[in-house]
Amino acid sequence: MDNRRRKFLKLAGLTAAAGVAVPMLGSRAQAVSGHGAAPAAHGNDGHEAAPTGVRQGLVIDSGKFHDNPGLAEKCQKVCHDYHNVPKFPNSKDEIKWIWTDKFPNVFPDHSHYKKDARLSAMNILALCNHCDNPPCVRACPTGATFKNSDGVVMMDFHRCIGCRFCMAACPYGARSFNWRSPRGSENGKPFIKNYNQEFPSRMRGVVEKCSLCSWRTKQGKDPLCVEEANKGVEGAMVFGDLNDPHSEISQILRQRFTIQRKPSLGTKPSIFYII
Amino acid sequence: MYDKGKVLIGLAIFLVLALSVVGYNMTTGDHKKPEPEKPKGYTACVKDTDYMRSSHMVLLNEWRDEVIREGKRGKITTAQGIVVEKSLQNGCMHCHTSKEKFCDTCHVYASVQPYCWDCHLAPVEPTDGKEAQ
Ligand code: SF4
Ligand code: SF4
Repeated sequence: MDNRRRKFLKLAGLTAAAGVAVPMLGSRAQAVSGHGAAPAAHGNDGHEAAPTGVRQGLVIDSGKFHDNPGLAEKCQKVCHDYHNVPKFPNSKDEIKWIWTDKFPNVFPDHSHYKKDARLSAMNILALCNHCDNPPCVRACPTGATFKNSDGVVMMDFHRCIGCRFCMAACPYGARSFNWRSPRGSENGKPFIKNYNQEFPSRMRGVVEKCSLCSWRTKQGKDPLCVEEANKGVEGAMVFGDLNDPHSEISQILRQRFTIQRKPSLGTKPSIFYII
Repeated sequence: MYDKGKVLIGLAIFLVLALSVVGYNMTTGDHKKPEPEKPKGYTACVKDTDYMRSSHMVLLNEWRDEVIREGKRGKITTAQGIVVEKSLQNGCMHCHTSKEKFCDTCHVYASVQPYCWDCHLAPVEPTDGKEAQ
């Protein structure tokens, strides 16, 4: 009898210890991963910031966009046209991969009540930040959202179950949900006016966002918005590898003062802004 | 076994009913093998015909994972020397230019409804603004 009780108590003690230790290990791994530690137990699921390797990013020169009204809209148009992004009549249903907003909305951390006239008038181009430490990836229960080897936060639309956890997790509003079927229409007006046959559309119940044109950059081309912006003004947007010290983008980042969106959150955005 | 007789009679009735469907199709000539229209001028696909017939959906899933997740966007060259992108829309459907005459023939026959086309665009037609599902 006694023997069995001893065994039971030992076992209970061990179980309790494991119950305390395992979550602690887990939280340690997470805390470390935020600082770019080597991929640990999580494997390749995108929790880690890549300390080396490619990390694609952008520099956006907001001044150049400010001086060239309409340029940002052109960038949005090429992106949305190519990627079959639907245009729903109700703004609550809006799908956006790249968009513009006022300075205080894009940079609440950097805004205050005595802004100069230029800053107040500015429309800032915004898109997914392809965060180095992306909360959306951690939130996604299906692995539909993940970080690829270029440091780009990608979506596999096939896997998305539309739970919208990622939307709740993203602090930048970079994700949109298809409340309605993008292939549908209202009052005879289709939501996608001209389909691009080279890209799929999405279906109802799927989240979508910018992929930094990974299908193009693999061929050595700039993302569509970057190409379009630079057609208007050279250097309005620069695309490149942030981890390569010799890339054009790294040189610009060494020379110019830039800001990121909500840096205090620790998401480590890969999109930088010259104001 | 209780009620042996009743059970056996029941079984027999069930078998007759179940098999009558097959029998009907076999005797009346309604049953026709689907004949997907192959693209003209092409002699080889990315894999042999048997594999493609049985496992094209497996290949498509592999392509998807390679392209999206692993960034392996390299193209494939067929035995005939034709370069094919690992893509349903920009690969397969460039040779098989009609979904109706190729994909649908078997899928309708076998009553399978793959959800590829909920998002992927079939060549030419589907922009009629129909609500998908
Ligand atoms: S901006 Fe939002 S959607 Fe993009 S990687 Fe960061 S958290 Fe994810
Ligand atoms: S909505 Fe889709 S992408 Fe977002 S968390 Fe859920 S499954 Fe992942």
